[in-house]
Amino acid sequence: MRYGPILLLLGLLLAFPPIASATGLEFYTGLLTKLMIFALAAGSLNLILGYGGMVSFGHAAYFGVGAYTAAILAREGVSSAWVIWPVALALSGLLAFLIGAVCLRTRGVYFIMITLAFAQMIYFLVVSFKQYGGEDGLRARRPDFGLFELSDTTLYYLTLAVLAAVLYGLYRLVNSRFGRVLQAIRENESRTAAIGYPVYRFQLVAFVIAGVLAGLAGVLMAHYTEYASPNLLAWQQSGHLMMMVILGGVGQFWGGVLGAATLLLVEEILQDLTLYWQLGVGLILLLVVLFAPRGLAGLLRRRAG
Amino acid sequence: MPPSLFLEQILNGVQFGLMLFLLAAGLTLVFGIMDMINLAHGSLYMIGAYLTATFVGLTGVFWLGVLLAVVGTALIGMLLEFSILRQLYKRDHLSQVLATFALILIINEVVRIIWGSQPLLLSAPEGLSGPIEILPGLNYSAFRLTIIAVGLVVAVGLFLLVNNTRVGMWLRAGASNREMAQAMGVPIKPLFTLLFGVGAALCAIAGAFLGPILAVQVGMGESILILAFVVIVIGGIGSIKGALVGALLVGIVDTAGRAFLPLLLSQVASPEVASNLGPALASILIYLLMAVVLFFKPQGLFPART
Repeated sequence: MRYGPILLLLGLLLAFPPIASATGLEFYTGLLTKLMIFALAAGSLNLILGYGGMVSFGHAAYFGVGAYTAAILAREGVSSAWVIWPVALALSGLLAFLIGAVCLRTRGVYFIMITLAFAQMIYFLVVSFKQYGGEDGLRARRPDFGLFELSDTTLYYLTLAVLAAVLYGLYRLVNSRFGRVLQAIRENESRTAAIGYPVYRFQLVAFVIAGVLAGLAGVLMAHYTEYASPNLLAWQQSGHLMMMVILGGVGQFWGGVLGAATLLLVEEILQDLTLYWQLGVGLILLLVVLFAPRGLAGLLRRRAG
Repeated sequence: MPPSLFLEQILNGVQFGLMLFLLAAGLTLVFGIMDMINLAHGSLYMIGAYLTATFVGLTGVFWLGVLLAVVGTALIGMLLEFSILRQLYKRDHLSQVLATFALILIINEVVRIIWGSQPLLLSAPEGLSGPIEILPGLNYSAFRLTIIAVGLVVAVGLFLLVNNTRVGMWLRAGASNREMAQAMGVPIKPLFTLLFGVGAALCAIAGAFLGPILAVQVGMGESILILAFVVIVIGGIGSIKGALVGALLVGIVDTAGRAFLPLLLSQVASPEVASNLGPALASILIYLLMAVVLFFKPQGLFPART
């Protein structure tokens, strides 16, 4: 990996909030926070979808469960982030473990559908709890970190730090022995099994890691909006995350980040321009599929090399 | 619980199941034969409902409106296949998902631009709006009975088409082994376009008859699309018989669950818990059904490829 452009981007992101508040553009600090949160979620999906070949159509479940855990704990009077974060991550990991353990016994389209089915179950279950807002969602105060006040700016830096750490970890992971085996399974499952690797266990571990990271993005999302919405759990959200990964580039390391940033920015710009913004998003997505089969990361890489 | 209520809910389930079958049949054939995931299938259902509402409003005759809408939707379906979807057959499933998801967004907005974002009013034809007595003491909506009849007629017609005609033979050959069918001289390209037209027409019929019961609005296609996918996965992808069994199963389980689960729960739990958890469990039921079916039969109930 070339470090130059990454360090440059990191520097720009670090310098952004003070510049933005000096020029009255605080709005964009919030927008960037949202971009980074979705980049985290899409990056986690890219691990299993891109590197593992597991097309999960239920990734919103972990995203939403992370957000709802944070919101529900806050509602129940837990104010310390040092409690909320571990519980939320553990819960989304546990959920991913249980769902993955069942789903990974199926393949192909059936895997897509059964992950969707489980996500739908979680959705309806969460919406049924009227004391936690039901279909209206749940407001959630930001938690207490002890070390610092969680304002919009510190949340921005917190998200940036989490995203940078996770991306570094993912980079190490996909290039580790574990990552190689995961990609080998994607390329040829029976062969990898024949060499002696426990395919099911490798896939399940990757599935759980992706679930935990999506839960982490969910927690940040709940802090960002101070609200847990049932939309975070809906199947459209799973689709949205999938769009980001496919748009950015499946199994390209920067695919998730690039896709999330591009899709959200395009949506944001078009929403400003027209009431019928979804028409523009649809047309752009369609053009990308027809003319850039390997996503934006693939397109960039082809131009560069 | 009075037996008439039970019977009524079962009939509702069969009625909903048959309409789901119309959607699932086209979806399962496209999926099974072309190996193509078409998320925009639900959009054709929406187009069908909107066209029906428009044509019924223009002509004032329900059945004529439905006929025009079915023809119109079939043409739109074939146009879509010819212009865009045809490029996607050789691509992987993910590209197909992204492209057809993009189509959903586009079609939704176009519909919103043409018809506005307010739901359209589509009412059942006048002669069929009242209830009729089908058994002593059991009144049932005449329109829902009509839907069951239409669903059955179309289902039988589809079975005859698939099992007893040359086109049907080509379709079955394509579903079980596409390359071999092509090698044996099946004209795949026109067949696919035709298949899309038929699938779109089936969608339009479902949209026309569910429109007066549910609502004609943007987004109506997506929620039912998920159900149609559940149906074809339960039934086994590519199998018409599987789609019928799956659709009836899903229709009856969903309808009966919504009607009876809250009642059953209130027997064992407090009313508050029952009223909260009942509808949620009912919504979950069909997904649970799918998970259980896939757990025991990972290829669905009637796998088309053996």
